[in-house]
Amino acid sequence: MSQTESPPTPLLQVQDLQVALPTARGWVQALRGVSLRLERGQTLGLIGESGCGKSLTALALMGLLPERARVQGSIRLHGQELVDQPERAMCRLRGARMAMVFQEPMTALNPLHTIGRQIAEPMRLHLGLSAQAARERALQWLERVQLPRASERLDAYPHQLSGGQRQRVMIAMALSCQPDLLIADEPTTALDVTVQKEVLQLMTRLVREEGMAMLLISHDLGLMHEHVQQVMVMYGGSVVEHAETQDLFDSRCHPYTRGLFHARPRLGLARGTRLHTIAGSVPDLADMPSGCAFAPRCELAVPACNEARPVLAPIKGQPPGLLAHTVACPRWELGA
Amino acid sequence: MTEPQHLGRRALRHPSFVLGAFIVLLLLLAVGVSLFWSPYPVGDIDIPNKLALPSAAHWLGTDSLGRDIASLLLVGSQNSLMVGVIAVGIGMGLGVPLGLLAAARPGWVDEVVMRASDFTFAFPALLSAIMLTAIYGPGLVVSIVAIGIFNIPVFARITRGAARAVWKRDYCLAALAAGKGAFRTTIDHVLPNISSALIVQATVQFAIAILAEAALSYLGLGTQPPQPSWGRMLNEAQSQLFQAPWLALYPGVAIALAVLGLNLVGDGLRDLLDPRLARQR
Repeated sequence: MSQTESPPTPLLQVQDLQVALPTARGWVQALRGVSLRLERGQTLGLIGESGCGKSLTALALMGLLPERARVQGSIRLHGQELVDQPERAMCRLRGARMAMVFQEPMTALNPLHTIGRQIAEPMRLHLGLSAQAARERALQWLERVQLPRASERLDAYPHQLSGGQRQRVMIAMALSCQPDLLIADEPTTALDVTVQKEVLQLMTRLVREEGMAMLLISHDLGLMHEHVQQVMVMYGGSVVEHAETQDLFDSRCHPYTRGLFHARPRLGLARGTRLHTIAGSVPDLADMPSGCAFAPRCELAVPACNEARPVLAPIKGQPPGLLAHTVACPRWELGA
Repeated sequence: MTEPQHLGRRALRHPSFVLGAFIVLLLLLAVGVSLFWSPYPVGDIDIPNKLALPSAAHWLGTDSLGRDIASLLLVGSQNSLMVGVIAVGIGMGLGVPLGLLAAARPGWVDEVVMRASDFTFAFPALLSAIMLTAIYGPGLVVSIVAIGIFNIPVFARITRGAARAVWKRDYCLAALAAGKGAFRTTIDHVLPNISSALIVQATVQFAIAILAEAALSYLGLGTQPPQPSWGRMLNEAQSQLFQAPWLALYPGVAIALAVLGLNLVGDGLRDLLDPRLARQR
């Protein structure tokens, strides 16, 4: 391919996505310019504290923001612009081209419908399958997500399953129409630690087998390390650092990312060691600093940090061949 | 273990539900029997035998025109049942879709529907019935329609409230994320999950409708002669209150029993259909 040809259209391209939400205290800028790009077969993790805009990014991609939310910027799936698409067109995409797994398997399944019916429904809707055919495919999916005694469970109700089993059902539901993009919003937060790992491994394996792209949202660093290829760190509605996973774990640059890593409990810490905490608390979205959102809590901050919002810039001296490691802090080298 | 069997067994262990269901079945039985048979033809006047005490010939005695009270009560039950069914039917038929619409479309649609329902709600059923009779003249149809109209905002509100709670559940978001539209999500997920609240409310509104019809007939605005009605029997008994006070007792007890039975069934259903209680094994 020659240099002049434009690169092929990526599966998902988000550019400068901004979301404002109406609240009792006026409009709140909840996402402040998020950009990302994802190809089939790639997995990306979004990490950050609660309220940093991770889940909102997921909802914005699915077009499921509250009705009055204001969205600016661009979200393209296969080159097709999704922002300001009519609801009808979005309904045809949701579940078919992009699907979502939710945090709470306890509440994400309708208590009044059988498992089989809930998995079959998206396939009947998008693939036009008959009830019988959809039921057979639902059974195949239950076997693929390794639900024990799948054929009996087809007629079970959600309350008869455990949390981990329900999350397997949710995964089967999300993957049933073989979407191109899977968004998993804290898919294992509500599960036991041992079950967490199994469910995530299952999900990443299926995503690989189907050649999908996956956006994994979590606040769990350890989980990111094992299951995604690249990580984006979010703070206060914007991305502060983006790198390949191993690269980020080897050299974290942004002061916030460093704080996150320090605050993580690890094996081998001496008894009685106090965990590092990041001073201060997440700023209220309604009352965000005009400059760097992290400046009020940052050890490296100088008055200039409060004036201009830093943009993502590639770090110097990165080993070649990797995805560009970018960080939104002009002073990060001082803390290294 | 399937759900319906489970529900049935728990229902039998719920004493007030069983009592209520028994009374309601009795009311239905009375209606059923009265369609084919009553001790005396219901309009038959027998002046020489007026104000008779209960006897083998007249089980509950006769009224001031010598009509058989047992027959009047039996046939009057049709009236109460019909009023309840139609008034609740009107209320649910219009109120539930409006409530679902308001819940599915927050914003101005919701505002318009709910303010319109507040407006209707501001007029008590009796007042709106009296207004309607002032316009269209007294009669059974007018009073049923008035009670039905009163039921619309009641159902619209309870539907909206319950539906909004269901919309906040993740399975509705999951349904949207799977590509269902708001309409399909409402039919597949919202409506089934609020149906128990609606069933309970229906029994309560049924009882209120029976009471309202009795009140309207008592005022002379509801059922017109010669159609027998419990409310009109009360009205007629009033003029004999000093000669034959027991005459007021029969329709009074019938109305009270019907309302009590329906309310007990409603309370029982509220317990039985509560998913939190139903999940307990």
